[in-house]
Formats: sequence, C-alpha cells, structure tokens
Amino acid sequence: MTNSAESARNLPAPPTAHPHGPGGLHARLVVDRPGFRLDVTLAAAPGEVLALLGPNGAGKTTALRALAGLTPLTDGHLRLDGASLEHTPPESRPVGVVFQDYLLFPHLSALDNVAFGPRCRGAGKAEARALAAAWLERMGLAPQADTKPRRLSGGQAQRVALARALATRPRLLLLDEPLAALDARTRLEVRARLRRHLAEFEAVSVLVTHDPLDAMVLADRLVVVERGRVVQEGTPADIARRPRTDYIARLVGLNLYRGLAAGHTVRLDDGPAITTTEELSGPVFVAFPPSAVTLFRNRPAGASARNLWRCEVAGLQTHGDQIRADLTGELPLAADLTTLAAAELDLRPGAPVWATVKATQTHAYPA
Amino acid sequence: MTPPDAPGAAAGPRTDRPRRLRTGTGGRRGVPLPLLLPGVLALAFLLLPLLALLVRAPWRSLPGQLTGPEVWQALQLSLVSATAATAVSVVLGVPLAWLLARTRFPGRGFVRALVTLPLVLPPVVGGVALLLALGRNGVIGRWLDSWFGITLPFTTAGVVVAEAFVAMPFLVISVEGTLRAADPRYEEAAATLGASRFTAFRRVTLPLIAPGIAAGAVLAWARALGEFGATITFAGNFPGRTQTMPLAVYLALQNDPEAAVSLSLVLLAVSITVLAGLRDRWMTPS
Amino acid sequence: MTRSVRRTRRRWQLTGAGAAALMALAACSSSTDSPGASGTTASPKLSGTVTVFAAASLKESFTTLGEKFEQDHPGTKVSFNFGGSDSLAASITAGAPADVFAAASPKTMALVTDRKDTAGTPATFVRNQLQIATVPGNPHKVSSLKDLTRSGLKVVLCDRTVPCGAAAQKALDAGRLKLTPVSYEQDVKGALTKVELKEADAAVVYRTDVKAAGDKVDGVEFPESAGAINDYPIALLKNARNGEAAEAFIALVRSAEGQRVLSRAGFLKP
Repeated sequence: MTNSAESARNLPAPPTAHPHGPGGLHARLVVDRPGFRLDVTLAAAPGEVLALLGPNGAGKTTALRALAGLTPLTDGHLRLDGASLEHTPPESRPVGVVFQDYLLFPHLSALDNVAFGPRCRGAGKAEARALAAAWLERMGLAPQADTKPRRLSGGQAQRVALARALATRPRLLLLDEPLAALDARTRLEVRARLRRHLAEFEAVSVLVTHDPLDAMVLADRLVVVERGRVVQEGTPADIARRPRTDYIARLVGLNLYRGLAAGHTVRLDDGPAITTTEELSGPVFVAFPPSAVTLFRNRPAGASARNLWRCEVAGLQTHGDQIRADLTGELPLAADLTTLAAAELDLRPGAPVWATVKATQTHAYPA
Repeated sequence: MTPPDAPGAAAGPRTDRPRRLRTGTGGRRGVPLPLLLPGVLALAFLLLPLLALLVRAPWRSLPGQLTGPEVWQALQLSLVSATAATAVSVVLGVPLAWLLARTRFPGRGFVRALVTLPLVLPPVVGGVALLLALGRNGVIGRWLDSWFGITLPFTTAGVVVAEAFVAMPFLVISVEGTLRAADPRYEEAAATLGASRFTAFRRVTLPLIAPGIAAGAVLAWARALGEFGATITFAGNFPGRTQTMPLAVYLALQNDPEAAVSLSLVLLAVSITVLAGLRDRWMTPS
Repeated sequence: MTRSVRRTRRRWQLTGAGAAALMALAACSSSTDSPGASGTTASPKLSGTVTVFAAASLKESFTTLGEKFEQDHPGTKVSFNFGGSDSLAASITAGAPADVFAAASPKTMALVTDRKDTAGTPATFVRNQLQIATVPGNPHKVSSLKDLTRSGLKVVLCDRTVPCGAAAQKALDAGRLKLTPVSYEQDVKGALTKVELKEADAAVVYRTDVKAAGDKVDGVEFPESAGAINDYPIALLKNARNGEAAEAFIALVRSAEGQRVLSRAGFLKP
C-alpha cells in the first residue's frame, strides 16, 4: 500500500481536466435497485482517463454498465461530446467496452473479434478485416491474428479486447477491471502498455478498478465511489496525499484521523491529540504513513510527550521486506518497521509499545 | 515492441483444450457401490431388450427379408422425413428457445410448460389434435385447403408435420437449457460493438450454442425417427408416401413378427450409425 | 414368470415355422362349430370372477352381457380385457390369466388353438360384415364398392395385415376392383376416425363400427361384402380358473338373448 502511495507521488503531474468544457463526458448516473442506489456524477474531458475506484459492491460496475447502456438509468443524464445518450441503445452508442474477463467471442479468431465491431457498424468484410489487422499490429499482436481466444495468453487477450473496443473508434472507452484477470507477473507489463494506449486515446476513458495502484498508474483523475456515492475526487497524487475516508486511507496506506484543529494541535474526535506542522482550525484530517511511526518497548526517555502514545500490538504481518504492526491503545495505528527492529523490540501480539511520530511527518488538511 | 506475454509465459488460469473423457475420480478412489449397482442395473435394463432383439433376430432369413423394396422405401422415407422434421424443429425451435431464455413476457412459465406438452401427450392424441388443427376440416387446415389447395394428411409433408410436432419440444428444451447456461454477457459485448440483438444472436449466440443445438437436433431426429402414433394418426399409412419404418414394423408385427424384428434391426443399425457419427463430428468441443 | 418365459421361447421357435403354415391351420380350426359350450343355463352355484379377453369391436355388447351375467349369477364378476385380437392372442399364449377368448377372426383364434391353449373347439358366435362408411350425408354419392375407385375420392382401408383390411381386400378381389387408398390404417378404429374427422371421404369398415359411430358416419352396404364375412370365434381356455362360470358366460353369449344384444350392435347371426 505504501508502494502505491509513493509511486503515485512520483507520477508526473496529470493534464488538467476540463470537466465543464463542451466536449467529453458529462453524466449523472442514477440507478435504483432493491436495497441499493447508485447516484454518481462524472465529468471528463476528451483525452482524459478517469478511474472509478471503490470497494466491491460500491456500484462501480453498475456505473460502467449505465454508461454503456447495458443498465438503464433510473434518473440523471448522460452527455457525450454534447449528444444526449440516455435513450440510445447500447449498439448505437459511440462507446467501447473492455470487459473484466474480456468476453472475447470464443468461436472467432483474434482478428475476427476485432473486426466484429467495424462489421456491425457497416464496414465491408475486407475493410473490417484490414482495420482489425492494423489494430492488432498496433497492439503488437499481428502473429496472433488467426489465434482463437482460448489460445491467447491473458495479456494478449487483454490487448485483443482493447483493440476490439477501440476498433469502433468510440468517443468513450470503458474498462472494467482491465487488469484483474491477470497474474502479478503479466500485470506489470500489461499495465504499462495499457497506460501507453490510454495516453494515445483521444477521447474519454473511464476505467473501473478496486486496485489503487492500477487507478493511480492509469488514470489522470480518480473518482472514489463508496456505497453508490462519490466520496472523493481528484488527481491520484492529491488523493494519495489527502485521503478523506478510511477506505481510501487504507488503499493508499496511510493512517488517517479526523479531528478538530486549533493551531498546531489536532484534537481527535475520539482519542488523543496530534501535533502537526500545519496551522489550521476547524475540522481537519490528519494523515501519516506507517513508516513515519517509530516504536519503543519502553517509554523513550527525554522524548517530548507530543505525539507519543501508549499502544499494544494487535497483530503483525510481513509487508514486502518490512513488518507491518497493527496497534491498538491510545491511538489505533499501523506502523512499519524492519524485521530486525521488530526482532529487537521482541514484538508479539499483546506486547505493550510506545509509538511516536514526528510532527513533520504528519499531514493535516481541512475536512 | 517486444511481446511481453507469449503464450505459456503467462501462467494464467487458461486451461488447455478439455479432454473428452475425464474420469472424475482420477482412478484412485473406487466408485461407491450405491451408485455403481443401480447404474449398472440401469444400463442392463436399457440394453437387455436390444440385446434380446439381436440374439433372437432371424439372422438366416434376414437378407431375404431386407431386400424387399418396401423396406428400403420405408427406411428412405423415415430418414428423409425425420431429417426434414429436425430441420423444421431447428428453424422454428431455436428462435422459440431464445424467446423463452432471453426475453421476459407475462406467462412465460406457462408458455414453457405448453411447449413441453407434446412430450407428455400420447402421440396418438397429438395426431388427432393435428388433424383437428391442420386436417382438411381443421381449424387452420380448411383455409390451407381452400386458399392454397394444401392438404397435409396422407402426405409425406404430413409425416414431417407429425414428427416435428413430437420432436420439436426436445430441441426447444435442449437449446433453451444451453442458452440459459451460455453467458448472456457475450450478447452485451456484441451490443457494445454495435450489433443489434439479432446480429448478436446470429453472429455470437448461435455459434456459442451450436453444440446445444446439435445435441437437441440429434434428440429431435431420434425422436422423429421412432415416431409412430402421431404419424399414423395424422398422416396415415401408405407405403412409399407415409409409411415410415415404425409403421412398417408395427404392421409387420401383426402377422410376421420375424419381419418386424428384422425391420427393427435395420432402424436400430441406422440410428446407431447416424447418432455415433454425429456425436463424433458435432458434439465434441472443437 | 418362468412359465411365461418358457412360452415366449416356444413361441419364438414356432415363428420360425412360417406364416403360411399358421394361416393354413387357422383356416382349418375356424370351420368347425363346436357344441362344447351349449345348454346348462341354470347351473345354480356359480361364483368368482370370469376373465374374458375379447376383441375391441365387442366392447359395447359384451359389457352389456357382462352386466347381465352378473345380475343372473349374483356373486360372480365378469372382468374384461378388450383389445386387438392379435395382441390378446399373443398375451394368452404368453400365459396371461384368462378364462374366455372371443376373437374377431378365426386367424387370431388359431394363434391360440395352435398352442393348444383352448379347451375344446372354438365356436363362431357372430359374424361381421363390411360396410362402406362415408362422411354424413354421403356427399360423394358413394353407392357401391366400385364408386370408391373414383379418382379424387380419398378412401382409407385397413392394412392388409389386420382383419378388416384382409376382408376388404377379399371383397375388392371378388369384385375385380383395384383401389388405391390414401392410407392403410393400422386398425378399423383408425380408418373410421379418418372419416369421422372428414379427412377421408370413405372407409371400408365393419357394420358394427358404422353403427357404433352413430351419426358421425353413414353406412353403405355393398354386395361384395357377402364374400368377405368375418367370423367371430369364442372359446374356453385351457387354463381357465373358473371354468364353470366361463362356460356359462359363453352360453349366454350364444343364447338368444346374447344374440339379440349383439345384433343390436350390428353383428350378424352365425
């Protein structure tokens, strides 16, 4: 989780969105189901990649299906490049979809899968096949043109699916968990490739993922959806630095607290105070990474009493080459430490520890 | 651009071509007796009568009995009409199966029950019902007669109609089951690529459910081939025109059981040949 | 069970002998009129069940006679199994428990006598004559067997393998007529149904069938039918479990009263 936050920070600044410009996507998607209501507002400029990020069951896929026209809207609107699409059937929308498990037609070769869209949209057989061949070439899949989907590797299948979706020249590209079906090894390369293809794509892309890393690498802007609502929106860097819900904080690997600031001190809603470098007032969030936490077995002598909490180890797990300690006590928090440090501290569940965080490593921002 | 993911490099969950015959237990664990005994008993129960037919067949007089022109006439008619009835069942039954599996309309469950009615209806009653509907004086038949001069009873077309009536439910049920098992999201994927529902059906669903259609067609064909009651009631019995093998067998049974056994053997041999052939060609995952 | 298995086996061996021999035997056995089931109407102590296997065409009249019998002999019960004569004969020779067999043709009775499954010689108790059944009102003005050969007329016959078909063929041969029907039906009811439903214009069936069909068909007599009259034999079976009562039932069938019931159904006196 820390990784993702860091890599997000290392990203170059994304292009600024123009969510209210004339082109692009403007949508309010309302879908009512028994016991569930999706109500999200989305906007994206042409060329922008939007990621819908959220836990399972948050309504991300429903939103995607609504954009594609596969799930009817209960309410709201959907405008793409100025045209209203609410009442357009899916086959008439200028929308391309890469499904989670790709849904490549198993009886057609890779080439015919890609040629399917152009054929349906009126291209002649030869024309469609030529177009499809060009797309496969572009995806580096020319040798696989005659291969049936069953014989493609996961990464190849994903690229065929992408080519198939792009071959209809959509004005809106939808990707549902585009990397979820891949194993970890392939994933890295496919993600990089996909990022390149998305960057080349001139129209709006919306991708749905529950993986923050995918979202941060691939998207210009994240829309975090929880329980059918948008809970936070922003650039990956912004979201990684300033999470506003526990879910996002967990995703980006930060300890997150809510409290009332007065000067450099933030009094938490249900707990002790944290001293910060920022000087704020009113309701704020305070965040700091687990790596900023230092643990002691005994109360550190001479240390300032600020940002020092008495805790107890609730659980330990390896986290990369580090140990992640989950602490309860005065302030519940996660702390990362080296295996050596963990051994020296003789950490085990139930062990009392003192945790401290430097004020300079916390980050407070208005709630 | 180096292709980073050659097939095989990705250790994804992609399985290799499924084997045709797979032993579920892997051979190590024995088959439970409560399954083995009834299973073997069922097999014996199904095969013994056929075996008896073979054992008691008049092998010596068989060649003489089978060289009669009526036999080949009946066999030819049986094959032609069963195949035509299967074709009718496929052309009309697959769309019906699609409607039942993929659309919602009030009373769909009731309609599905109605479709299976010919399965439980005694075929003779089915034949009478066909006469009442499509006969010369039937509800629809009288218009067919007066407008187009078409009368179905006592014609080969009538045989096809009778056989299709009893055989089509097998196809519809089989195809509907396949459609329900098939992932409807392929149709959605086709829709997002610009395919109308019909195009999606034709170019995606149809190829996907082809094995189910083949299985249903084989069932329907077999049922049509053995059809007796509805055929003799609706189409009558006239050698070369409406006398199919089962009719010939039944009538031979009246005074020459030996001939009946011989005819049955021919029917048996032909259907086993055809079914085995079709199974190998169509019903294996390609 | 073992008995029936053995019988079946015997039957199979016998089928090898050929249909021609069978037919010859049938012709012989039917000609004799046996006195085996005469008289003794007033045997006082009849009881139990009489099981009668009878040709389907006898259903109405025999049911009536069965009720009469049960009235006359309280404590008895007549249980019927109506069906095609061939299959009844087959089940009798295969060991089905029956006391009396009434067949629609000497040929089918012969199947049973050949196996020596009857006690005594079968007796002809009624005869049935062919008639032409036409759709009500006889719109095609069929008045003779020859009229049936007119082109455009849809005629159904019974298949030659069943009694009514054999009889019709005999009649056609007698009149030197060649008739191509639209269908050879598997039994007389099948032929009649086609006319009742107006799918066929005419059929050659039995008088009794025309009578039973009521006003759904019209009957037309034709002289050639005289040469193709079907005898109905009845016989006590060897394995009868209730021989006395069975004989009494046969006597009732052959009595004046029985004949009255049967002729009401269209049968002719023997």
